[in-house]
Amino acid sequence: MAPERGIKELLPGNTLKTRVPQEHVERVIRLAPSRYRNEIAKYLVHRSQDCRRCGKCGEVCTHHVHVRNPGFKYFGEPLHHLCIGPACEKTGHYCVKHCPQGALSVRESPMYQVLGDYRWSSDMILATWKMAETGDVPPADYDYDYECGNSGGGFDRLRFKFPKRPPVALREDEIDTSLLLNKRGDGRPKLKIDVPWYGGGMSFGSVSNVTQLSKARVAVAFNTFTCTGEGGYMERMRPYDDHVITQVATGLFGVREETIQRVPIVEFKYAQGAKPGLGGHLLGDKNTVAVARMREAVLGISLFSPFPFHSVYSIEDHMKHIDWIKHVNRRALISTKVSTPTDVDMVAVGSYSAGTHIVHIDGGYGGTGAAPDIAKKNIAMPIEYAIGKVHRFLADEGVRDKVTLIASGGIRSVHDVAKAIALGADGVVIGTAEMVALGCVRCSRCESGRGCPRGIATTDPELAQKMELDWGTQRLINLYSAWRKVLVSILQRLGLRSVCELRGRTDLLMHLDYTKDVATTT
Amino acid sequence: MPEKYHIKTRPVPPRRPRIGKHGVVDWREDCARCHNCVKKACVYDRYRQEADYIRNLSEVEALFFDCMGCFSCVQDCTKGLLRLAVNPVYERLGNSYWKPDIIKTTWLQAETAKIPVSGAGYRGPFSGPGFDSMWTDMSEIVRPTRDGIHGREYISTSVDIGRKLPYLALQGDRVMAELPPLVSVPMPLIIDLSSPVHTLPQLDALIEETAAATDLIAIMDARHQPATESHLRHIAFYLGPDSPPVPAETLRKTRLVEIADSPAVIERIKGIKTIHPGIVTSIRVELTATGLHRAVELAGMPEVEAIHVMADANGNEIGVRSPRFLKDMLRHLHTTLIEKGIRDEITLIAGGGIALPEHMAKAIICGADVVTMNLPLMIALDCHLCESCKPGRACPARLETIDREFGVGRMTNLIAAWHDQLIELMGAMGMREARRLRGDVGRAMFFEQLEEETFGKLYGTRTRH
Repeated sequence: MAPERGIKELLPGNTLKTRVPQEHVERVIRLAPSRYRNEIAKYLVHRSQDCRRCGKCGEVCTHHVHVRNPGFKYFGEPLHHLCIGPACEKTGHYCVKHCPQGALSVRESPMYQVLGDYRWSSDMILATWKMAETGDVPPADYDYDYECGNSGGGFDRLRFKFPKRPPVALREDEIDTSLLLNKRGDGRPKLKIDVPWYGGGMSFGSVSNVTQLSKARVAVAFNTFTCTGEGGYMERMRPYDDHVITQVATGLFGVREETIQRVPIVEFKYAQGAKPGLGGHLLGDKNTVAVARMREAVLGISLFSPFPFHSVYSIEDHMKHIDWIKHVNRRALISTKVSTPTDVDMVAVGSYSAGTHIVHIDGGYGGTGAAPDIAKKNIAMPIEYAIGKVHRFLADEGVRDKVTLIASGGIRSVHDVAKAIALGADGVVIGTAEMVALGCVRCSRCESGRGCPRGIATTDPELAQKMELDWGTQRLINLYSAWRKVLVSILQRLGLRSVCELRGRTDLLMHLDYTKDVATTT
Repeated sequence: MPEKYHIKTRPVPPRRPRIGKHGVVDWREDCARCHNCVKKACVYDRYRQEADYIRNLSEVEALFFDCMGCFSCVQDCTKGLLRLAVNPVYERLGNSYWKPDIIKTTWLQAETAKIPVSGAGYRGPFSGPGFDSMWTDMSEIVRPTRDGIHGREYISTSVDIGRKLPYLALQGDRVMAELPPLVSVPMPLIIDLSSPVHTLPQLDALIEETAAATDLIAIMDARHQPATESHLRHIAFYLGPDSPPVPAETLRKTRLVEIADSPAVIERIKGIKTIHPGIVTSIRVELTATGLHRAVELAGMPEVEAIHVMADANGNEIGVRSPRFLKDMLRHLHTTLIEKGIRDEITLIAGGGIALPEHMAKAIICGADVVTMNLPLMIALDCHLCESCKPGRACPARLETIDREFGVGRMTNLIAAWHDQLIELMGAMGMREARRLRGDVGRAMFFEQLEEETFGKLYGTRTRH
């Protein structure tokens, strides 16, 4: 971050006048259990009427599934989500076997089948929830297969080739996960983030205040960034200015000189992976009074951002845009977010030559608050193909070390983060993973009506109350902590001192469809 | 500015209860009857709607499954009595190609005429067989879009059917050559013959009216009697091997006719042309093992104007042990005709396995000028594709009792939604003309090619397919 003492030289006068004290958020892991009474579980424990309340189950279970509150005669509803299922039998603590009445049974929950999809498997969602709850990797007992989804391609078929023993023995504290965002050496601040990822753009309109602020607060805690999306810059975000990226997107909603001057990074959103070649979508139902005011739009009207920027039809036009922002904000780094067409490599190099610091490529399977289904599935290539293509082309052009390459669009877990970096990205942007940590079940109903029924991606005042800021912040801090731990352990096993050393190391990866060494059908 | 192609639509709700993906299982006997019941808090108000529905239930077997699957009630219930499950009826819809998701989205489009929009990212497999192994390109913004497109209102989806001259001989301003007849359709879609299993008495009349409402052409049995003479321009009679001849007066009022392929097909074309020289003829060629060869052979004949290649309902080659998919056959056919230097002279119409609007765009990218479909229209009428259309067996969608308002409304809505989605894809690609989309594989990305360029280069030969 820009050192505070130099901020006066860097910030324009009128921004300094409106600058508010920056808030500090501690990076402390605290337990943050689900905000719902009944957590969705992989297994269901059933207690029949034969139960004689002997309490044996509570004694043997090491996962605290069976709870009888002090002074109570009966056991409460079993805490299904803590149960590790029939695999418990091997541990000798299986309540079903120990129950003298045979009153207990364990079976897979039908909801386990309902939850999740090809990209985000049920295990992946459950494991993300566990990480957000505990701040640590889910215990092996739970046997969550969360490193990959079931999409059958891309990241889901890539695996790390871990050596039996690390080539270099490293302690965890010796491993560096930070990422330098300004590699141009152009005199602008050399911003460094502590983890090689930052939060993706989600506008006020697509998500609630609490969601946006939780994202901002975790960005402070981990010295990284969050992005406002294209819906403008809430006043409540100002205490986190130093960790905010503001977006200039094709609709130019809420873009003001003052907001551009406040932030250390300004992102041009040319396209979005979920709807490449189309503008942003905010359907009328979600354009509430507050959103309409922020976007200077008419209440209740569907807001479709145009495509493209009608002021940009060439790299020269793009350069003009960048120069404009660089002039308005003398300390800002510029990020250019593009999607992944066939010639994404050319676009990246062109963008670099126009003066961008960060090239952000958003793959075709990226997240969204609303996008046409036809666009999500069919337009532009998945990010797994684009990363290597751009990385190689930047290297061939001799500018790879002058620009930061950020990948997004389908980065679901920290394993995806590591794979994306090994394929050639410097870092990644995450979005859906944060939403899942906040309790998203991926029901895909963010776009219309009152928005997200779970109070995450909504601007409905009543639904938004379902989540509290402290809880949201803590869930994200826990998720980031767990991810960082896993990333460090991956680097440790590979014998790499820093995450930068992992970049472009495709030799450390294997693709299951290209090998006969691993017998797998998944 | 000329009048734009616009399909008039209105919402047409389904006649039967919706078959949703999720259903809530409720263990009511343990209910504590608490005053803050989660059922009252359903964001979508489904429980109240369900109660109303059950109260007014007229038939016993109809169930109500319209849960949105948000888990809120399940997770908030004081006693944890609710469970969410996948609706087994939903899972049984369709078949291995016409998956429940396809049927569900078609129903939605037929109801609303809108492009399906949803939140959260793509949920499906990374890639798949058939059309799922290709992606359309998009036009990135930091370079000029190919056609300099500024707005989708300028995108033309109209295409021409007929024979085109390889070049024009001019003398001064006068065209010396005689121009062959051309039929223009406002979008690259023709409604195909109905499947024999869906032989409902009123179906052809509904399709005829839908074709007129959407300004498209429907291929119809030669025995079909149009409701009005004005509809004849929206009908292409199909002359099968044993079809009765269409009266000359009727034929003269149509623009396109489809003829089954046979050794005598050229003679039949000549016969039709003597009756109506302004008509465009299309030959229907089934894509059997020899289908592609036959299509190439026909394309070389000067009398042939359009060839309609038909794969089976799932887009596969017919009667072959390991069939090729329509996409690959089209690419092969298109390339072969280019190599022979005759691609631009004839029109290629392709059908079979066109289930979603993206299939229409992708088939065109692979080389077709126009696509045909019929099954999606049946699905629009609420058909479950249960294939139990036999006398004496009840149709779950009650197709036999469909009225005009519902039938034409739903089919028109679906076609309007397909048109809008075609524009959506073309807009993203920076294409301004559906004619220019044809065969432009450079504006698409294929799974095999991307895999080879990315992982093939790194890890050698692919060992699993």
